[in-house]
Amino acid sequence: MKNLVILGAGAAGTMMANKLHHALNPVEWKITIVDRDNVHYYQPGFLFIPFGLYQPEDVVRPRTDFLPKGVTFIEQEVDRIDGNHDQVILSNGQTLHYEVLVVATGAEVVPEETEGMKAELWYKDIFDFYTFEGSTQLAKKLQNWQGGNLVINLAETLIKCPVAPLEFTFLADAFFEDKGIRDKVNITYVTPLSGAFTKPKATAMLSTLLDEKKIKVVPDFYLARVDNERKVLVSYDEQEVPFDLLVTVPVNKGSKMVERSGLGDEDGLNFMPTDKYTLQAKKFDNVFVIGDATNIPASKAGSVAHFEGEILLENVLSYIQGEAMEARFDGHSNCFIETGHGKAALIDFNYETEPLPGKFPWPLLGPMDLLKPTRLNHVGKLAFKWVYWHMLLTGKTLPVPTHMSMSGKITEEEIV
Amino acid sequence: MIMETLLTPTLELDKEGYLKNPAQWTPELARDFAAKANIVLTDKHFDVLNWLRAKHAEGVPLTIRKVGASGLVDIKKFYELFPGGPLKVSSKIAGIPKPASCI
Ligand SMILES: Cc1cc2nc3c(=O)[nH]c(=O)nc-3n(C[C@H](O)[C@H](O)[C@H](O)COP(=O)(O)OP(=O)(O)OC[C@H]3O[C@@H](n4cnc5c(N)ncnc54)[C@H](O)[C@@H]3O)c2cc1C
Repeated sequence: MKNLVILGAGAAGTMMANKLHHALNPVEWKITIVDRDNVHYYQPGFLFIPFGLYQPEDVVRPRTDFLPKGVTFIEQEVDRIDGNHDQVILSNGQTLHYEVLVVATGAEVVPEETEGMKAELWYKDIFDFYTFEGSTQLAKKLQNWQGGNLVINLAETLIKCPVAPLEFTFLADAFFEDKGIRDKVNITYVTPLSGAFTKPKATAMLSTLLDEKKIKVVPDFYLARVDNERKVLVSYDEQEVPFDLLVTVPVNKGSKMVERSGLGDEDGLNFMPTDKYTLQAKKFDNVFVIGDATNIPASKAGSVAHFEGEILLENVLSYIQGEAMEARFDGHSNCFIETGHGKAALIDFNYETEPLPGKFPWPLLGPMDLLKPTRLNHVGKLAFKWVYWHMLLTGKTLPVPTHMSMSGKITEEEIV
Repeated sequence: MIMETLLTPTLELDKEGYLKNPAQWTPELARDFAAKANIVLTDKHFDVLNWLRAKHAEGVPLTIRKVGASGLVDIKKFYELFPGGPLKVSSKIAGIPKPASCI
């Protein structure tokens, strides 16, 4: 019997367990998946919890509900990968031998990376919304908050779901408006990027929206520390931004397990060097990496993990057969962006093509509009929860092509 | 005298003034790029520039954090050496393309 081991039973690991269980002969292969606990969070839902739009119970399910029978689930912290001996060591000392390993240990927020972040004001006036704890604590805070300077800050450029802090900002604007206290709240968006987003056309669209909603953007601000006493953010070049309520996206890092295995990238963020086309680990041929755990230059998002999953399945099967791996990931990413008041925008892009305006997925028919806030896109965003629990995790093919398509997109030449 | 090298007819710059072909880079050129940004280059600057060039040649995407983890300078020092947007400024002086922030 051969062993295929998956580390991490989040979005990507669970999806791969289902796909591989369908594809591999159970007489020949034993599939094992490891996670530190049995609580699966729908992380995209964390965005809605602070505003009371989702309740905590909407986003939690047991991991085992989504794992097929016939796949062994081990609830244990992974200590490290010993790639030279094809084995994984768990923190209770148990070792798992593998023929093929899939690493899907994701990304987590590490507020401890920034001086003064997780200090006196943590969960009093400083909150994250990237964790279950953070988003539920923030919901309580927002219920009674009477206004002042609300600052949204990204501590680092590389974060999972890079549009989530903008969505949070738009939803906050709408939330305070509905509450009738928008005039008592100054909203400032403080980012290490040179603009609202990384890609030019999407940045232009989003900047217009931010302007309309009277949200101030402070670009090129790279956070060095949080001064709790004076309640200011201080950048490496000593710029300062005062806050009454700080909503931070702390530094995102890969699992500590990657660091313990000595397999992290050279920036010290614990993401694993991975071939951006085949998704094979750079260091070991029989190790594959998927989802937020990789260092590939694509968004860290559930939709991306889904597109990667289709490629990874092909390549793992080819690898097992001793054939050349021919499936290529193109960096395809597809994200709804909540813009508040029941509307959302949609962006679709890959390694080579930035988000463009147009229709999705079909030219003219759409029905979705790209790079434009519409009610239908908002419906799409909310439907993602259902798609996530019922299709994405269970490894079903979504009605969206794996490779990005130019069909329906309007390019520069056509606009002119 | 200063910026003489920047006027070399064969030198190709992109719209934002970044050198198109990193192979055309010379230390003199770096000094002229730096002068335009009001920076006088020291050995420490050159250590960072050479490191950036080497990483770029290896195809490694660069970030401020990576420079901070290089062992040459910490992030604070990097800001002191290249005020403003340190990665953008240093990339220009190092004759490599403008850093593309991947998502
Ligand atoms: C606020 C927010 C909003 C988002 N919105 C969207 C959205 O609208 N659309 C979208 O597509 N994506 C969104 N995302 C991103 C999406 O949630 C992630 O990209 C996705 O979960 C990545 O899947 P993954 O399997 O790589 O990582 P995860 O789902 O995070 O799973 C990693 C798993 O590995 C386990 N693990 C890690 N280390 C160890 C260890 N040492 N031992 C044992 N287990 C370990 C963890 O417990 C975890 O279960 C959002 C994320 C956040 C935080």
